[in-house]
Amino acid sequence: MATATPTKTETLVGKRVRRQEDPRLITGTATYVEDLKMPGMLYAVIVRSPHAAARIQAVRTQAAAKAPGVQAVFTGADVESVGPVPCAAALPGLRVPKHTILATNRVYFVGHPVTVVVATDRYLARDAADLVEVDYEPLPAVSEPEKALAKGAPAVHPEWPDNIAFTTHTEGGDLKKAFAEAAKTGVIVKERIISQRLVPMAMETRGVVAEWREGDRHLTLYSSTQIPHLLRTQVAIQLGLPENHLRVITPEVGGGFGSKLNVYAEEALMGFVAMRVNKPIKWIESRRENFQTTIHGRGHVDYAEMSATKDGTITGMKIKIIQDLGAYHQLLTPLIPTLSVLMMPGLYNFRNVEADIVGAFTNAVPTDAYRGAGRPEATHVIERMVDILAAELKMDPVEIRLKNFPSKDAFPFATATGLMYDSGDYAAPLHRALQIVDYAGTRKKQAEGRKQGRYLGIGISTYGEVCAFGPSPATPAGGWESATVKIEPTAKVTVMTGSSPHGQGQETTFAQLAADAFGVSLDDIVVIHGDTAVVQYGIGTFGSRATAVGGTAVYLALQDLRAKCSKFAAHMLGVALESVTFEGGVFSSGKTAKTVSFGEVALEAHICRNLPPGMEPGLVVTRFFEPANFAFPFGAHIAVVEVDKETGETKIQRYIAVDDCGKVINPLMVDGQVHGGVAQGLGQALLEEAVYDEGGQLVTGELMSYSVPKAHHVPEIECDRTETPSPVNPLGVKGVGEAGTIGCSPALVNAVVDALSPLGVRHIDMPMTPQRVWRVIQERSRT
Amino acid sequence: MDRAIRVNVNGKSLEARVEPRLLLVHFVREVAGLTGTHVGCETSVCGACTVLLDGRAVKSCTMFAVQADGRKVETVEGLARNGKLHAVQEAFWNEHGLQCGFCTPGMIMTACQLLSDNPSPNREEIRHGIEGNLCRCTGYMHIVNAVQTAAKRMGR
Repeated sequence: MATATPTKTETLVGKRVRRQEDPRLITGTATYVEDLKMPGMLYAVIVRSPHAAARIQAVRTQAAAKAPGVQAVFTGADVESVGPVPCAAALPGLRVPKHTILATNRVYFVGHPVTVVVATDRYLARDAADLVEVDYEPLPAVSEPEKALAKGAPAVHPEWPDNIAFTTHTEGGDLKKAFAEAAKTGVIVKERIISQRLVPMAMETRGVVAEWREGDRHLTLYSSTQIPHLLRTQVAIQLGLPENHLRVITPEVGGGFGSKLNVYAEEALMGFVAMRVNKPIKWIESRRENFQTTIHGRGHVDYAEMSATKDGTITGMKIKIIQDLGAYHQLLTPLIPTLSVLMMPGLYNFRNVEADIVGAFTNAVPTDAYRGAGRPEATHVIERMVDILAAELKMDPVEIRLKNFPSKDAFPFATATGLMYDSGDYAAPLHRALQIVDYAGTRKKQAEGRKQGRYLGIGISTYGEVCAFGPSPATPAGGWESATVKIEPTAKVTVMTGSSPHGQGQETTFAQLAADAFGVSLDDIVVIHGDTAVVQYGIGTFGSRATAVGGTAVYLALQDLRAKCSKFAAHMLGVALESVTFEGGVFSSGKTAKTVSFGEVALEAHICRNLPPGMEPGLVVTRFFEPANFAFPFGAHIAVVEVDKETGETKIQRYIAVDDCGKVINPLMVDGQVHGGVAQGLGQALLEEAVYDEGGQLVTGELMSYSVPKAHHVPEIECDRTETPSPVNPLGVKGVGEAGTIGCSPALVNAVVDALSPLGVRHIDMPMTPQRVWRVIQERSRT
Repeated sequence: MDRAIRVNVNGKSLEARVEPRLLLVHFVREVAGLTGTHVGCETSVCGACTVLLDGRAVKSCTMFAVQADGRKVETVEGLARNGKLHAVQEAFWNEHGLQCGFCTPGMIMTACQLLSDNPSPNREEIRHGIEGNLCRCTGYMHIVNAVQTAAKRMGR
C-alpha cells in the first residue's frame, strides 16, 4: 500500500518505490511498435497456411498484386536470398530443419507464412491477402509428440521419418543401485505427468516496423522483442547486412514471458520488404497469428520414477521427457527440456539420477521459452512425485520435504545433475508458509469437512529454480550483461542497460541503485534501453537475469564512477583521496572544513578548469558483469482448495507464497512479479491448454477458446519472503520473474489431489478443468 | 462509399470521412491520433481497446467508427486534467497496478465506469467488474488494490 516518495537523502534500495515508467503508461502516451507512424509507411499482411502439412503446388499472386493500394507481393521464391530463422542450440547430433522465412514447396504447421502482401493501408492489405491463391496438396499430419514417435506416424520432415530431432541421456550417481535397493527394501513410485502446451499470450502481440535508408544502406528495425542486440546480430546475418548498418529499437514492449526472446521470420522478412520497396513497412501480428505462430510453451510428457527408503528418504529419480518441439527449432527450442533435466532434483538431497530427453517434431508451431522455461516442468514433476511418494508411504507432505532438504549449512550445495546451488535455507520459507496458513488448523478443518462429504485439499510446493543466466559457457549466446552510466555536466545521471525490459520495471530498480550511489533523487535519473545505436551491446531480459546480472553491471559502473568522482573531489578539496567521504550528495574530508557537492564535481569533471594530474575528463563508465554461477531462488507455496464434487470446480480458498529471491531492491515490484507469476501458474494448472486436433488444426486458436485467467479466477495471494542473499553477485539478489509460475502449478495440483485423496486419486493432469476433475470423481466413485 | 461522421473525442468535436468498415479503435488511434487505446485481440475478449462511449465502457475493436457518429468517446488521454492525473491513474501508479502497461488504458477506462456505477465496490465486485479486461502481468491483485484506493480517494 504505502509507496515511498523519494527524497534526496534517504536510501531507496529495499523500499516500495512506485515506478518511474508508469506516468507514460497510465496516460496513454507510451509508444509501442504499433504506435509508430512514418511518412509513406506501408502495411504488410502475411498469408499463412491453413494446413498442418501440405505440398505447395502453386502460388498465384497476380490478382492480389493488382488490388487497390497494393505495392508489392513476395513469395517464398522471392526471399530465397534471406538466411534461415536461427536456432542457437548446439546439442550433439541435433537435426535442424532449414527454416526459411517464407515457405517454399511445403508447409509444416497451421500458420506457416507463405506470402506477404504490402499495401498503403492495413485494410487494403488484408483485402488483397484474400486474393492470393495457394494450391495445396494436403498431407497427413501429426500433432502430438507421442503419436509422432509411434511407428508409422506421418513424417513431419520427410528426411527424418522417425520424427526425432535429438535425444540426450544424463546420469549422476548410481541410479541402478538405488533402484535395486529400493526394490528390495524400500519403495519405487511411478507416474506419467504432462505439462501441456501453453500459449504465452503477451497482451501486445508481436510487431515489426522496418525503415530502409537507401543512401547509406541503413536499416532500422523496430521490434517488440526481449533481445534487441541478439536480434540485430541475427537479422544482420540473415539479410547479409553489415551489423553496424542495422539498428534495432524496442519501443515499449507489452509483455513477453519468453515469447519475445526469439528471432522470428517476420523480423528479417520486414527488413527484406523495406529494402525492396524502399518505404517504411509495418507488420502487426493479429491475435490469431499470435496464437498460431508465436512460440508456445511447455509441451512435455514426462515418465518419472522415484525411489526411497521406507522412512521416506529419497534415494533416486529417473525421468524420460518427451518434448513436443513443433515443426522447427526457434532460437532455443531444443534447450528448454535440458533445463528441466538440470532442475529435476528440485530442492532435495538425493544423489542418483537418470534422465532421457526425446525431442519430437510435430506439425505444430515450435515450442520455446515460456515463463520458467523448463523449470516449471521439472518442478511440477518433482513436486508431484514427492507427494505421490508421501501418499505411498502415508507420510505428511511437509514431513517428507523437511526430511529430504539439504541442511542450511550444506551450501554451496552440489546437486546430482551437476549444479552448484549458491545459497539456501529451504526449510525457512516452508515453516513460514505453514505458520501463515495455520497448517494444523487447516488439516483439522479438512478432516471435519471430509466427515460432511466436502473435498478440501492442501497443496504444498517447495520449489527451487536456476536463474540469473549466465555464466556464459552455460548459455548459447553470452551470459553476461552490460551497463553504461554517465553523469551529465548538470549532475543528471543516465543509465544504459543491455537488459531491455518489457514490463519488469528496470527503469525504476536501476534508478534506485543509481540514486543511492550518488544521493540524487529518482527524477534526476533516466534509464535508457532497447536501442542498439545508443546502448552498448547487451544480452537481454529473460530467465530472471535482469537484476542479478544487468543490475550488477549497473552497480559496478556506479562504483567506478563514484571512485572517479571522489578523485575529483579530493583534488578540489586539496586533500588525500583516502580522507574523502561522500554522504547525502556531499563530498567532505576530516582534513578540511570545505565541502564540494556532487553537482560541483559533475560540472568540474566536464569543464576541467583544474583537472587532477593524470586524470581524464568526463564521467562515463561502461562495465560488463559475467557471473561465476547461476543464482538459485526458492520458496514454498501452499494452496488450500475446495473441489465441488457435483461440478468438478476447484475453488481456491487461500494461496500463500513465501519466496526467497535473495536481497530485494523493490518489495512492491517483487510482489507484483510473484502475483503475475502465480496467475500464470494458475492458468496452466486450471485453465489453459493449446489443443491441436488430429489434423493439426489449433482448435484453441483465439482468446474465445483459450482461457487466460481473468480477475475472478485469481485468488488474493498472501505474499511473504525469507531473504538468503546470493553470494554470486555483490547485490546479493537472485531473481523473481519466474518464481511464482514455477511454484504455483504443483501447489494447486497437489491441493486438488489431496482433496480427492479419499477417492484414491493419486494424480491429475493439467489443466484441471471442472470437466476433467468431474470425470475423475465419477470414475473413482464407481470403482 | 465513405461516410461523414462527427464524433466528440475527449471533449473535442472531430469530423472525418471514413469507410463504413473502419473500426472505432482505428478511428481513435489513426484519425484522432490517440494511440493510448490498444488493440489486443480483435474479438472483444481482452478489453485493451476499452473506451467510454457516452459514458459506457465499450470494446472499440468490435465497433465501427460510424456507430459512434454524433456520440461522445472518452479515452485514457482525456482523463488527466490540467496536468493532474485522474484519481484512477494516480491509484494505478501508487499501487503498482501495471507492469507492461499494454492493458492499462483499457483497464483504467473500465475502472472509471465501474466506479461511476458503484462508488465503493468491494474486492469481489471489483474483480467481477474488470473481468472483461485481461491482464497477463499483474495477477490482478494490485489492480484491485488500485481500484479500491481510487474509490476511497474519489469518495472523499
